[in-house]
Amino acid sequence: MSIETAPKQRWWNRIAHPGQFVAWTRPLLWPLVALTAILFAVGLWFSFFGSPEDYQMGHTVRIMYIHVPNAWLSQFTYVVMSISAIGTLVWRHPMADVSMKSAAPLGALFTALALFTGALWGRPTWGTFWEWDGRMTSTLVLLFIYLGIIALWRAFDDQLRAARVVAVFTLVGAVNIPIIKFSVDWWSTLHQPASVFRADGPTMPPSILTPLFLMFFAFTFLFLALHLKAMHTEVQRRRIQGLERRAVQRAA
Amino acid sequence: MRAFWAVLRRDLQLSLRGGGNVLTLVLFFVIVGALVPFAVGPDQVLLATVAPGIVWIAAFLAMLLGLDRLFGPDHDDGTLVLLRQADLPLSATIAAKVMAHWIVSALPLIIASPFLAMLLAMDVPTFWRTFLSLLVGTPALAAFGAVGAAVTVAIRRGGLVAPILIAPLSIPVLIFGVGAIGNPQAGAALLFLAALSLMAVALSPFAAALAISSAED
Repeated sequence: MSIETAPKQRWWNRIAHPGQFVAWTRPLLWPLVALTAILFAVGLWFSFFGSPEDYQMGHTVRIMYIHVPNAWLSQFTYVVMSISAIGTLVWRHPMADVSMKSAAPLGALFTALALFTGALWGRPTWGTFWEWDGRMTSTLVLLFIYLGIIALWRAFDDQLRAARVVAVFTLVGAVNIPIIKFSVDWWSTLHQPASVFRADGPTMPPSILTPLFLMFFAFTFLFLALHLKAMHTEVQRRRIQGLERRAVQRAA
Repeated sequence: MRAFWAVLRRDLQLSLRGGGNVLTLVLFFVIVGALVPFAVGPDQVLLATVAPGIVWIAAFLAMLLGLDRLFGPDHDDGTLVLLRQADLPLSATIAAKVMAHWIVSALPLIIASPFLAMLLAMDVPTFWRTFLSLLVGTPALAAFGAVGAAVTVAIRRGGLVAPILIAPLSIPVLIFGVGAIGNPQAGAALLFLAALSLMAVALSPFAAALAISSAED
């Protein structure tokens, strides 16, 4: 009877070793960056020149092509962090907490940009930079949660121990995501309701949808590239910390 | 269940015998509320409008203040390690501690709230609704506070991080808590507040237990 000594390895087991992960994913980085650059070039051209002005808002409608992808990524990044948090808590996957940690600053940045571009857009169209409306308030709460998570990561000396604790808090904070998603349906005040992802199809003409989707993919690929690079950096940082610790032990 | 009551009684005795902690919290609560007329001006009409919000903010801040006593001393002297190894599940222990925390840090504030209501020129019906909304809503604040305290228990400077983590989670409590006072839909807001409290109290001991056992090993 032969005993299976080498169990069949799934891809997420193979990338569990940080060095292996970097070696496997490094070739992905440059294609991602190139794809992002191309999408941005085409998307920005369409946003500025290839799409019509809005009959009411004029040129200010073009803020949408930056605002909507950032707003989408602010929530998508949190979903990525929540899935990584489950990976940390359930499977103790070493790369899950690297992913969770490197996504947090990106999410905070996208959320801040979504709020900022929203304020810039709100002033000419609604006449106010800020309104305590359901979606804006819940997005501001999301920014605070991101900043709290970053502060929590930094408060721990031992990053490996921090990972599981931050994962618990990330999952607790995830209750905010459905609130943001449905805020425009529950409290209809100033922010417009969903107009792209609807059961009965988008309510925009294709001339506006094209640049919106191009920018949407450009920003999503930007996130993927930045996230991957941040994960590589985090792996290197942990390796350096490990080397430093060993050097101190040897010196002592 | 006996172990549950034992933990509850122990926590209550510790905080009541610990000296003026409870009174300090009440004093803080009243002082925060009493500072507002100095900041916004002693206009009776204006004060009466913002009074429910002020009472809620003061209660929130006072409950934050008592938070590092929830797990901190037990973590420092090693009791938390023993509690984790006890027969009672850690989540049940934490539920007992949250209940004790509510009794020593929220209940005195609610009892002291008439004093603040008088300072802020609240009328009697508004006061009773504020009293009710505090009674229904503060368990949620205690529950969220427990999660924040559990997440930061292993950090030396955790006292500063916990409020930052809890504040965003507590916003719905404040919204519905104040909404249950001066609003045409006050009844619905009060029901929402009760639902929030029940859910937070039911789920937070598990999250807090997970955080504590992750931080300790």
